[in-house]
Amino acid sequence: MKKFLAMLAGGVMTATAGMTTAIADPMKVGFVYLTNPGDHGWTYAHEVARQEVEAHFGNKVVTSYVENVPEGPDAERVIRELARQGNEMIFTTSFGYMDPTLKVSKEFPNVKFDHLTGFKRSPNMATGNIRFHEGRYVQGVVAGLMTKSNRIGYLGSFPTPEVVQGINAFAIGMRSVNPDAEISVIWVNSWYDPVKEADAARVHIAEGADILAQHTDSPAMLQAAEKAGIHGFGQSSDMKAFAPKAQLFSSVNDWAPYYKAQIQAAMDGTWSTGDGPDHWAGNTWLGLADGYLLLTPMENMPADVKAAGEAAAAKVRGGYNIFSGPLMDNKGNEVIPAGGAFTDADWWSNFGFYAEGVIGDIPG
Amino acid sequence: MEDLILTVLLTSVPLIYAATGELIAERSGVLNLGVEGMMLMGAVTAFGVSLSTGSLFLGALAGAIAGALTAGVFAIFVLGLATNQVATGLALTIFGTGLSGLAGAPFVGKAIDGMPQIAIPILSDLPFVGRILFQHDMLAYLSVVIVALVAYFLKRTRAGLVLRAVGDNHHSAHALGYSVLGVRFGAVLFGGFMAGLGGAYLPLMLTPHWAEGMTSGRGWIALALVVFASWMPWRVMVGALIFGGITIMQLAGQARGWAIPSQFLSMLPYIATIMVLVLISRNKEFALANSPACLGRIFHLGK
Repeated sequence: MKKFLAMLAGGVMTATAGMTTAIADPMKVGFVYLTNPGDHGWTYAHEVARQEVEAHFGNKVVTSYVENVPEGPDAERVIRELARQGNEMIFTTSFGYMDPTLKVSKEFPNVKFDHLTGFKRSPNMATGNIRFHEGRYVQGVVAGLMTKSNRIGYLGSFPTPEVVQGINAFAIGMRSVNPDAEISVIWVNSWYDPVKEADAARVHIAEGADILAQHTDSPAMLQAAEKAGIHGFGQSSDMKAFAPKAQLFSSVNDWAPYYKAQIQAAMDGTWSTGDGPDHWAGNTWLGLADGYLLLTPMENMPADVKAAGEAAAAKVRGGYNIFSGPLMDNKGNEVIPAGGAFTDADWWSNFGFYAEGVIGDIPG
Repeated sequence: MEDLILTVLLTSVPLIYAATGELIAERSGVLNLGVEGMMLMGAVTAFGVSLSTGSLFLGALAGAIAGALTAGVFAIFVLGLATNQVATGLALTIFGTGLSGLAGAPFVGKAIDGMPQIAIPILSDLPFVGRILFQHDMLAYLSVVIVALVAYFLKRTRAGLVLRAVGDNHHSAHALGYSVLGVRFGAVLFGGFMAGLGGAYLPLMLTPHWAEGMTSGRGWIALALVVFASWMPWRVMVGALIFGGITIMQLAGQARGWAIPSQFLSMLPYIATIMVLVLISRNKEFALANSPACLGRIFHLGK
């Protein structure tokens, strides 16, 4: 009975929300965060963008967020609750929210769900993403020119297609300037475990790496690099404060343009989740050229390396497809023939291999 | 190789502290499952104090005291109010995790300089062992001293005997005129002090910043190590080094591109712990020789 009343109350709330939009009530937008936003890293970047959304839309939009939501059954409960509370649009901001979001999206066909980042969609669930690999390509170019030991240490989180794509983009950039350099990858099997990230960074350094890169979230790796007197790249937000001498640059995610565009589209009635064979039709997947991905100033490197790094970034902004042939995998097989290229469609099914220059095999 | 071994030592230090403290609490008969919470309170306090005073020493001390105070809350419940130790310990972990996250919010995004290494003259110049054994930070040296002192205390001192008596048979100890609750209170506070110090090592040394929940389960490993070590201090140290060694080995294996899935490698430290526990348990006398008979049992006065 209690449950029924709660459902009824939820229904009434949604109904009133629907009615009152006519008299310009603010649109309610909910966000689901993996961790506490803090002031660096993945979730922080989302929080900055959420605040920008509030500032941009003023009294036309009211946002709310739930932090520290574990990926899994708990996420489903939180997303459902946000939908019940009358949020018209819900952004779920971690890969592991994909299936929970998909499930809840079917229960609330009138709510617009936007999942970042992943690859499953429904008629009312879109996918948002940033072309992170563009920043990693530039990192690879700088790393290839900077390394003296020809060994790059890379911290992987989980071996999802997106993370492997990042490693490969890094390898392609690195090999374009230094055919002898190699990337060794340690998977920490976590998005956020600072002590393990520090352990893994120290192991990379002990094994001879002199440049570190990461697809994890904490500044632990850069701190280890700083202490050892070597260099590395920050991720998601500027991590210079943690490693002023070690950070070459950080790739910074700017979700604000994406959020603004999606919310505006929802207001205008043009929001779409896209369909057809091209996964990104109707969805946005933008990067360096459109300001979705930013690079902090390049520092702690010689002028010629900096020039090469900036040239690589300019090349990507100019529309260069990083995944164009000829591309070999690390077993010596040709993955993309000369003249061929990967398109954005079905990108997630394209990354079951390590590009030339990466040591080892993708786990699992 | 030297660098890998140094990394193993580094990652083992917090486990040695937390497990040695828990060992004393358990030898007095109190099972405190709140190690994770106490470590986090130690970590956040140590970082905050180091950040504001600029002194790592004060930070470490404050972290240890914070751990002891957190343990004091636990002691008031389980000893003063005779609550269930398992439930209270679990609650302490949840409490410590939450409170440290709240207290640590202003410290997120701040960095400090980690603890310096102190090279012991002459000895640190020895080939190979010099760097591995005699070039560490203060807390790493101290951990060995504390394990030695705890081992001596338990085995050779009268107070250690009393502590063991309280843990093995609280009624007899009480009949002999020893304050069971007093001894246990002290043991639990010591356990918290050490857990706080172990927690402090994370943001002061392992990765000099504060992150919510940064212990990531190391408190639970410390609890397992006490059983693993069959309640013997030196074995705690050996266990911590084995655990740290396997943790680092699996990371190094990945870096070298071993053809073993990383998910499997990540499980190795835990599999090894379970396997050793199973092997130890095969010999009941060996496994339980030092197991405190009154572990987890509530002591009522007047019964």
